Amino acid sequence: MSAIRTEAYCQAAREGMADPVLQKALSGFQHRVAPATAQRYRRHPEGPQVRQMAHAIRMHAVEHLDTLLPRLADGILARGGQVYFAADAQAAVAYGLAVARRRGVRQVVKGKSMVTEEIGLNEAFQDAGIAVVETDLGEYILQLAGETPSHIIAPAIHKTRKEVGRLFAEKLGIPYSEDPPTLTQAARAALRTQFLSADMGVSGCNLACAETGHITTVSNEGNIRMSTTLPKVHIAFMGMERVVARLADHALLFRLLSNAAAAQKMAGYISYIGGPRADFQADGPEEFHLVIVDNGRSRILADPEFREILCCIRCAACLNVCPVYGKIGGHAYGYAYSGPVGAVVTALLVGLDRAKHLFFGETLCGACKEACPVEIDLPRLLLALRHRWAEGRADDLFRGGGDRLEALVMRLWGELARRPNLYQGARHLAVAGQQMLPAEEGRITRLPPPLHGWTQARDLPRLARRRFVQRWAAEQARGEGGR
Amino acid sequence: MTTFSNVSLFVQCLVDNFYPQVGDAMVEIFRRLDLKVDVPLAQTCCGQPAFNAGYRKTARKAARHFIDTFASAEVIVCPSGSCVDMVRHHYPDLFADDPVWQARATQVAQKTFELTEFLVDVLGVINLEARFDGRVTYHDSCHLTRHLGVARQPRALIQAVRGTELIEMADSDRCCGFGGTFAVKYADISTGMLAEKVANILATEAEVVIGCDLSCLLHIQGMLSRKKLPVRAMHIAELLVQK
Repeated sequence: MSAIRTEAYCQAAREGMADPVLQKALSGFQHRVAPATAQRYRRHPEGPQVRQMAHAIRMHAVEHLDTLLPRLADGILARGGQVYFAADAQAAVAYGLAVARRRGVRQVVKGKSMVTEEIGLNEAFQDAGIAVVETDLGEYILQLAGETPSHIIAPAIHKTRKEVGRLFAEKLGIPYSEDPPTLTQAARAALRTQFLSADMGVSGCNLACAETGHITTVSNEGNIRMSTTLPKVHIAFMGMERVVARLADHALLFRLLSNAAAAQKMAGYISYIGGPRADFQADGPEEFHLVIVDNGRSRILADPEFREILCCIRCAACLNVCPVYGKIGGHAYGYAYSGPVGAVVTALLVGLDRAKHLFFGETLCGACKEACPVEIDLPRLLLALRHRWAEGRADDLFRGGGDRLEALVMRLWGELARRPNLYQGARHLAVAGQQMLPAEEGRITRLPPPLHGWTQARDLPRLARRRFVQRWAAEQARGEGGR
Repeated sequence: MTTFSNVSLFVQCLVDNFYPQVGDAMVEIFRRLDLKVDVPLAQTCCGQPAFNAGYRKTARKAARHFIDTFASAEVIVCPSGSCVDMVRHHYPDLFADDPVWQARATQVAQKTFELTEFLVDVLGVINLEARFDGRVTYHDSCHLTRHLGVARQPRALIQAVRGTELIEMADSDRCCGFGGTFAVKYADISTGMLAEKVANILATEAEVVIGCDLSCLLHIQGMLSRKKLPVRAMHIAELLVQK
């Protein structure tokens, strides 16, 4: 499995916020893509209900994986492809390595795939002495730089053209340039030789179709089609939830995916792949393998409260509107998935305790839910994670360790909330106590721990001498109150 | 205009404890509309802080108290979108396994309204004959605008105030970074988001930033004061009683 650095959320977030290049890139990207995406949602012929329709299609598929996945597998087997159900990351990687070894593979070209990031495929291949080349331009840049993606769709969003120019001059041996078309041409030339010499192509799968027995890949650079047709062997990896029942469902979902991911009407290349090259086809691999990865997804499926997250089609629309992601960037999330969806998926995959900063470090503002093409209720899921972390029962599939001190404070607070006299008494103490805090013009300028974070950059008004409710009661007693 | 004989105020704990003048303004608004106001003295907090932090048992305690306190109210009006969101959308779910309390929760949820939606949508009032000479901008709080769908109503009320010029800020519906305990636990991220909000406010050159949620306003004012900036945060209820 790929490295999990979710515990370092706060530190990584600070680093992201201190990076002026990242700040400018995130702000520019969010302001460019998010409004265009929202506007395009209004142009679908299905009307304002289009996202709910997509939600229903995805939810139906997620709840019928037990019949849809065998149907998908049957279609692929019938065309001479091979299908492997991998229980976890290790099994998925081991299968890929076994195929590579059997075929004597020395070089792999890859189309962009999140699930292979999740299972740590590149590292495993490289450890086995097999060279892996990412062919998505953004991923290629990151691979040359030795970095990880910071956005699901725009992985190299944190790099400037100057940085890419220096990187290409060093790694590809071209004269320095910061002209994007020149740099793109240089990458294309370098990648072309890789495509032609690779023994194996690896891809992900955006959404498979059970009815016809195909996986589908989407790209705007054409690189995935090159990766999957030129080498002799093609292995596709898919999360087990990435399937829908009917071909007719695909039309709507790919339209929404293109809309949500890049404000496009339709992405540049959509490929349906159902097996190795058939006799009547000119191109295609000799062998085709589909690895369907569970790696914790069955557990999510088994939990009715969290099942909805499996509807996600990894478009990154929630990242593009999230004010927290917009500040801290994708690396802060410490795993393959970032942004609001990452906060939920990562916690469910790696465990609530390890990822608690991800689901507590969000404001529940709801922008993600409005931007999601399949209308996943991300705020509800974040709240549910917090609840399981704080109060999870022993028989819950997902639970966290909680915090005893915080739980005690909350219990006391709960007693105050239901006992107005006690509430009033506690307030008297607070009003007396606040006199001891440093203040300026009646505003508190420094709070003691654990509240000191507030006054780091903000003042706090003092509690009013009397509550509104007390004043009202006194006025009523004097007979001056409401009529 | 729908008529009510009695409006019960849930003033919300931040108004109650920090900004009682917003409660006074609410009372004044309803007096001008000839509506009798009631303030149940037992009110405390809706339970949202505990709910958002994951402590649903505690949130249920607060919710039961709220439901008991307001059970007999004809209509409940609150000057906060996030508290109304809590009562309207989360109370019924909190009692999903308790049909008796769920029924009571649903009943209370159906008669709880945020101030501006109550004025504009329920009472049909836009012009409160207020006068305020100045340039203002409006911050859309997250729960109010996205969970309750209230964005047009406060703007209509602001625009009806004589002498007031409303200047829209960029990204007015982008979160200010408050988020309850988030503001304390993740103070760096929170203040980073707030700095962006404050910059957008300053860019309008408004003198006052108006909002419908004291949580956001307390947060925004916190940085305005710290940086000694010439802008102040004001709850919409206070604007609507200016003369």
